[in-house]
Amino acid sequence: MEKDQDKIISDVTSGDYKYGFYTDIETDRITKGLNEEVVRIISKKKNEPEWLLEFRLKAFRHWKTMKMPGWANLKIPSIDYQDIIYYAAPMQKISPQSLDDIDPELKKTFDKLGIPLEEQKHLTGVAVDAVMDSVSVKTTFRETLAESGIIFCSFSDAVKEYPDLVKRYMGTVVPYTDNFFASLNSAVFSDGSFCYIPKGVRCPMELSTYFRINSANTGQFERTLLVADEEAYVSYLEGCTAPRRDENQLHAAIVEIIAENNAEVKYSTVQNWYPGDKDGRGGIFNFVTKRGLCRGENSKISWTQVETGSAITWKYPSCILRGDNSTGEFYSVAVTNNYQQADTGTKMIHIGKNTKSTIVSKGISAGHGQNSYRGLVKVLKNATGSRNYSQCDSLLLGDKCGAHTFPYIEVDNQSAVVEHEATTSKIGEDQIFYCNQRGISTEDAIGLIVNGYAREVLNKLPMEFAVEAQKLLQISLEGSVG
Amino acid sequence: MLVIDNLKAEIDGKNILKGISLQVKEGEVHAIMGPNGSGKSTLAAVLAGREFAKVTEGTITYMGKNLFEMAAEERSRAGIFLGFQYPIEIPGVSMVNFMKTAVNEHRKYKGLEPLSASDFLKLMREKKELVEIDSKLANRSVNEGFSGGEKKKNEIFQMAMLEPKLAILDETDSGLDIDALRIVANGVNKLKRPDNSAIVITHYQRLLDYIIPDVVHVLYDGRIVKTAGRELALELEEKGYEWIRKEVEES
Repeated sequence: MEKDQDKIISDVTSGDYKYGFYTDIETDRITKGLNEEVVRIISKKKNEPEWLLEFRLKAFRHWKTMKMPGWANLKIPSIDYQDIIYYAAPMQKISPQSLDDIDPELKKTFDKLGIPLEEQKHLTGVAVDAVMDSVSVKTTFRETLAESGIIFCSFSDAVKEYPDLVKRYMGTVVPYTDNFFASLNSAVFSDGSFCYIPKGVRCPMELSTYFRINSANTGQFERTLLVADEEAYVSYLEGCTAPRRDENQLHAAIVEIIAENNAEVKYSTVQNWYPGDKDGRGGIFNFVTKRGLCRGENSKISWTQVETGSAITWKYPSCILRGDNSTGEFYSVAVTNNYQQADTGTKMIHIGKNTKSTIVSKGISAGHGQNSYRGLVKVLKNATGSRNYSQCDSLLLGDKCGAHTFPYIEVDNQSAVVEHEATTSKIGEDQIFYCNQRGISTEDAIGLIVNGYAREVLNKLPMEFAVEAQKLLQISLEGSVG
Repeated sequence: MLVIDNLKAEIDGKNILKGISLQVKEGEVHAIMGPNGSGKSTLAAVLAGREFAKVTEGTITYMGKNLFEMAAEERSRAGIFLGFQYPIEIPGVSMVNFMKTAVNEHRKYKGLEPLSASDFLKLMREKKELVEIDSKLANRSVNEGFSGGEKKKNEIFQMAMLEPKLAILDETDSGLDIDALRIVANGVNKLKRPDNSAIVITHYQRLLDYIIPDVVHVLYDGRIVKTAGRELALELEEKGYEWIRKEVEES
């Protein structure tokens, strides 16, 4: 029995990150380092208009005046920003017109990741934008979606084909001055996804972006911009993986969402960047700024995240509830195993009247993992009748991990109702034995218990991905109770 | 079915079981009685494969197999069921999901296909009726917020679902009022078949008014000091454990 458990532990910690492979593919890389010239090179490689280069340069100049934030409950090794490659792209046409233009190695890579680029092979009802390192490789179902007026394409294509829309919305939710990593991203971002759902359209399929880091020593800096016009609806999902490497790699993304009157956006993330090995070597630094603006009345933005990967996660998907009666939601499961660290949560800023927000955060710590929830609920003076409900739970496996909660509540309106609940619990040996005694193996028992704990959040994921996420949770934690 | 030979076990270096020998045949119900601290629950833990009790000597053979070579979950799948003295709460895991996983693991072990959702729910309904458990319990999380009596009834319900060959009931009667006791005992009696067996561990005789044992053992200070028929339980009830203590000290 003890031997079995040791075996499970070694199996899991040594090899269960399934996506740790590397694709040997010809890649166009620029030299390491960051200066104005590099920003210009990136812009030039992408044939960008002058206004975008200006935006980048402004961001870069601002970034140079900033310092990395130190307030998070994270131990971040010093990062040498001159030791990173800021642009790496698989060699191919920037916008392949057909599948035949895509390198077969690339196709194989995405097949292996379970993200076939051929539309007919794909899960029905899911359109994918596949991004490797700095560029979008292929966006499926573009034409089908275009029939209902939906624009879903790479950010680069959007800049070329819909410059007015990009100009109108980019940087309006996350300005280039927002924070250290947002400024860095604004200076050097290379690609990402763009999505626009026109007035009154309910997007007929799930949209998704799959981010893959492949190249060594590179950072990934993508931007996603999602606009739901009046009465529009879209459900969007992103997933991410990276090769197993001993060095850390930086991922600093921006996601901006805008919801107009009566629009609804559901944004789900299954984050599975390489988490580092069992001794804490390697892994992705995931420093991401995600924010949604409920600009219109009755609009709704809902974030759901399942965070199992990354060595360090710094991320607070937030909602600015500007429109009256608008709603913001945040459902999160964050796992830290081995030496992973996460400081994650949300901000709900109530500006409009009768705005509502819900926060459900489930942290799971195992091994030496450190998991912090950090959340701000802010009700402004005019936000009469606003409500917030926050629930913040922590689950501990073993006795070497940690769970921390940092809730901030600022209320400037007397009529607001703000509730906060928090619990901490442990998976006990007695729970596992109880399952064993009913014929359930230790691995399955942990899966059952953790999924039970996270059920409220997993239920919010689109059906197709909920099962995947359940498996992922189990794999991320196998062997963590010895 | 079960042969325990000279079993010795310790917890944290302290000898608890000091040489127990016992045989349970198909169709038999054995009662193990004894005062607090005599080793009753340790014996149950060793049989179920709980690791805090360390076996230092002796053998246990179950259906011809060395029990010590079987992991806890394997023992369960092979038909050993432990009714817990203190059933464990598992928040967020529904009874349906928990039992479905368990039943299908048992089926897999026997080389059977997993039950379909509708067949499973049908089975659950039948068993709920059999053991007179409140329907609503099955929709809640495992033991979460259950009263003491509900937890014990839930153990019997799980036993009905898994149809064990050897059921070990560890002080299932403790903390039960007389109605709950009757329901629990009825459940056990209804599940009785000629080819399955039970070990009923209890401090009091009253459970044995409802579950009639074939053999009664008295466990005292880690040893079985008396074995006899049902009448032993009655005698014990009358004379109390003090009587056993004296007899042991005299011999």
